[in-house]
Amino acid sequence: MQTINFLKPNRDNIKNYSIIGSFLVLVSLIDVISNAFLKVNLTSFLPGSLTTLFPLIIGLIGLNMMRIDYSGNKKLDLLNKNINTNNFNALLTLLILFSIIKALPQSLSWMIFDATISGDSKDACTGTGACWTYIKVWFRRFMYGMYPNEFHWRINTAFILVIALGFVGYFMKENLKKYLALYYVIIYPVIAYLVIYYLISGGSFGLQWVETGAWGGLSLTFIVSFFCLIFCFPLGMIFALGRRSNLPAIKYISICYIEFWRGVPLITVLFMSSVMFPMFLPEDFFMDKLVRVIIAITLFEAAYCAEVIRGGLQSLPRGQYDAAKSLGMGYWKMHIFVILPQALKLVIPGIANTFLALVKDTPLIFVVGLAELAGMLALAKTNPKWLGFAMEGYIFASIVFWIICYAMSKYSYNLEAKYKTER
Amino acid sequence: MSDPIIKIQNMNKWFGDFQVLKNINLEVEANKKIVVCGPSGSGKSTLIRCINRLEEHQEGDIIVDGNELSEKTKDIEKIRAEVGMVFQQFNLFPHLSILDNCTLAPIWVKKMPKKEAQELALDQLKKVQIDDQANKFPGQLSGGQQQRCAIARALCMQPKIMLFDEPTSALDPEMIKEVLDAMVSLAKGGMTMIVVTHEMGFAKEVADEVIFMDEGMIIEKADTKEFFANPKSDRTKLFLSQIL
Repeated sequence: MQTINFLKPNRDNIKNYSIIGSFLVLVSLIDVISNAFLKVNLTSFLPGSLTTLFPLIIGLIGLNMMRIDYSGNKKLDLLNKNINTNNFNALLTLLILFSIIKALPQSLSWMIFDATISGDSKDACTGTGACWTYIKVWFRRFMYGMYPNEFHWRINTAFILVIALGFVGYFMKENLKKYLALYYVIIYPVIAYLVIYYLISGGSFGLQWVETGAWGGLSLTFIVSFFCLIFCFPLGMIFALGRRSNLPAIKYISICYIEFWRGVPLITVLFMSSVMFPMFLPEDFFMDKLVRVIIAITLFEAAYCAEVIRGGLQSLPRGQYDAAKSLGMGYWKMHIFVILPQALKLVIPGIANTFLALVKDTPLIFVVGLAELAGMLALAKTNPKWLGFAMEGYIFASIVFWIICYAMSKYSYNLEAKYKTER
Repeated sequence: MSDPIIKIQNMNKWFGDFQVLKNINLEVEANKKIVVCGPSGSGKSTLIRCINRLEEHQEGDIIVDGNELSEKTKDIEKIRAEVGMVFQQFNLFPHLSILDNCTLAPIWVKKMPKKEAQELALDQLKKVQIDDQANKFPGQLSGGQQQRCAIARALCMQPKIMLFDEPTSALDPEMIKEVLDAMVSLAKGGMTMIVVTHEMGFAKEVADEVIFMDEGMIIEKADTKEFFANPKSDRTKLFLSQIL
């Protein structure tokens, strides 16, 4: 025990100990880095397995010397509290650090240093690194699917219009603010639908008709996510209220609806919507596959939204209901002005969760033949001219999805902060 | 003698198998102030919550301002608008400012123009001396200020009857006084009030009648002076000896 006591600092000598400790950790890191990047083994003088374990041992001793309950140094305390609470955690910290350092050179050289981006055919990719040429050449397909190249401006214009219309709420005059919810729940989706229908589908105003089968890529991801998000939220709200209703018929219909859609996998819902559903329709009635898929996903996600919102409704104290009722408010006034504004605020994290899951579920529509971003990748990787670049494609798709989802979650944090109220 | 504004006849209420209110008979005339007291769990709160039908009774009649409360009552909102209520936990709407708390119901229930509602609200807030806090949010106010705001909010509906459900029980001793002051001045203004409280000083000062409840029954109902001077039942005597 003497040696361990010898390595244990107290508040008086912590300064010396932390200097020696951090020096030892630094040495261990330098050893690993030089090993990984420069392929130089600094400790080759040590025998056998000891040379591999050397950085770990040195690092552990270093971290052990720095560990103290309360040092008074803020940074050191933070470090000790988070990654250096005991020997086991110190070991984990070092192992994680080392494996990141070990993995870095290979992945960096594959992704950047040895990668190819020039040229426009597979022949350009001769190196050992990634072939970004593949992404470059297929970029338009990944973005717009099979949509004819010369009409891509139509998709871009439609998206810009839809986004611009989404910002109208910010510029609305004060006296029109009360119609904001109406605008976003009813008017906006209708306008957006018309914009997308007339611009992207075409068929009138001298625009050539492009069938939805040709739509694809990231733009299809956006279209599907957009409509599903915008419709599933109000629908979920209705079912959440319905499930808490005092009227048995409404209550049980809501429960059945929610339990049904939560019980079936999305993939079967999509199959049903594209294969079985048309069989039940009258002969002369036609509904586009894309529309059917959007409706299916909306109904599916609405059930999840409903449960999230119900959680928010239940977390409000009963007193809020009592107070609203005692002021003479009826069911709808009570919910619109008192209950929902508070409940929806509480469920922002949960709703963001559901929405992110929805966006990431959209690739599933590939099973019914709609190729959005991930679907286009699946098609592209089987192209005989471009075999063998699945990896690059999936990395590209992950990055794109990550950016979309991260932006959404950031936005939800902002909303949370904006609508935070003290209780 | 005028018709009573609240009339309760042979009212019984159960929570499941448990009978909370047993054979309640009560008449309250307009402009009278009634204090309801009794040990906890005696059904006081439930009784006044029945008067604006936040709780439903199973047997008997409750008639408020000429309207009978029952499952068939269609315009329960209209009756509730006539009956203001103040709760133990204030129950202000935390997402709205003090002023909006007060104007919400007048604007949307009574269809009052916004400007008029705001003037009325400021007037009421001034009476409870928190008009300078009008633009703050409930979370920024002390308990006493919140409760006074809750009183103002109820008064903004210009009710005929005010119900108070232990309005001072959740407050610090220091804040109790400011809330009671607001209630006393309201009482002097001639409002019909039913107050569930343990503040016997308040009862002595403003109440016309005191009701003592225990185990869901009205044990004693008497003029205030009579009630404190010579209570009739032994249960009341015991209760008074413990809290006075």
